[in-house]
Amino acid sequence: MQGLIFAIIAVVFAPVAGGLLAGLDRRVTAWMQSRQGPPIMQAIYDAAKLFGKEKLVVNRWQILCAWVYLIAAAMSVGLFFAQADLLIIFFVQAAGAVFLVMGALSARSPYSQIGAQRELIQILTYEPMLILVFVSMYLVVGSFNVSDILAYESPLIAKLPLMFIVLGYALTIKLRKSPFDFSTSHHGHQELVKGVLTEYSGPFLALIEVAHWYETVLILGVTALFWATSWYWMLLLLVCVYFAELLIDNTMARMTWRWMLRYVWGIGLALSFINFIWLYAR
Amino acid sequence: MFKGFIDKSRAKSPWIMHFDCGSCNGCDIETLACLTPLYDVERFGIINVGNPKHADVLLVTGCVNHRNKSVLRNIYEQMPSPKAVIAIGACGLTGGIFRDCYNVVGGVDKVIPVDVYVPGCPARPEAIIDGVVEALNLFQQKQAG
Repeated sequence: MQGLIFAIIAVVFAPVAGGLLAGLDRRVTAWMQSRQGPPIMQAIYDAAKLFGKEKLVVNRWQILCAWVYLIAAAMSVGLFFAQADLLIIFFVQAAGAVFLVMGALSARSPYSQIGAQRELIQILTYEPMLILVFVSMYLVVGSFNVSDILAYESPLIAKLPLMFIVLGYALTIKLRKSPFDFSTSHHGHQELVKGVLTEYSGPFLALIEVAHWYETVLILGVTALFWATSWYWMLLLLVCVYFAELLIDNTMARMTWRWMLRYVWGIGLALSFINFIWLYAR
Repeated sequence: MFKGFIDKSRAKSPWIMHFDCGSCNGCDIETLACLTPLYDVERFGIINVGNPKHADVLLVTGCVNHRNKSVLRNIYEQMPSPKAVIAIGACGLTGGIFRDCYNVVGGVDKVIPVDVYVPGCPARPEAIIDGVVEALNLFQQKQAG
């Protein structure tokens, strides 16, 4: 019962938190580029405006796909805060991510087609990393349940420092930050215009934006599990991680998907391997 | 309440799409200058999008000719309403010094309805920002009506 209440609260407030975080993100990015930047509420204004626009769709699949993506993202956040099983959360989130790609593939625009292919490769890159992170948590705690991980007495980051870096890669890809922002980026005018989001417009783009906020909250939630023993350190960890993301975003150039697949799988698998051996050795 | 918030948001988040309709690039450079840290239009929530399906405001520079009038109309029709069009520079307004050329149709308003005219050769970035802000006022009235 308590889990259900937590889940409902999370589903209601996660978009607000995600939206404000996106606004803060743009503000800090502007500061790094010596500009003033938009107000903190900007991301929420953008979404509200998109909800008020005319509904233009290429086909009905897009409507379904945008909604399924949103509902899956909201459900995974709800399940996370209800302290359910990490594997279930992972599968629900992955199903939603695939629907975003399907919606983009249903339109015949080359921009959205290539964007969708790249998004699929991004999913292929970060999902194994996420699974490895969850497995490493299982190896330490002995359970996939978020409630058991939260109840564990010492911070996980002490035993899984390398897995934390692996999660950092997944977070950077999921937040669509450079150097991994080639399926779509926060600003248009890249080589694919808006990539996977090109053919979504008006209210359906807003749904995807809200779903993106949910996913941001989910991945930051997973990050928070690494130091769940104290609120103070958890918050500090999240702030540091997000600032590092912004720094990476502003100092890196966009790379290619081949590089991403080689680099993230190479480094990610190597780090996981070392961390798993270390867990056994001690 | 929610409707009021959407109307307010509309004025706070105009995404612009810039179409060079055969300009000499003078006005284009000034338009893109608005996005630099010096003018930083993002503080008003303005973003330059490359996709008409995401745009609220269409900025058109240069005079329309017979080859690109269908492109201009196509871009305009792909934008979901409510939308606004701003013609920039002497050429966008009337055809400018090219108005008598055999291949020139004239100003942007010969092809699509224009809401705000920003004169100048080239138009200054301040004038362009002013034009977008003016278009936003029209925008809210459009919604109310």
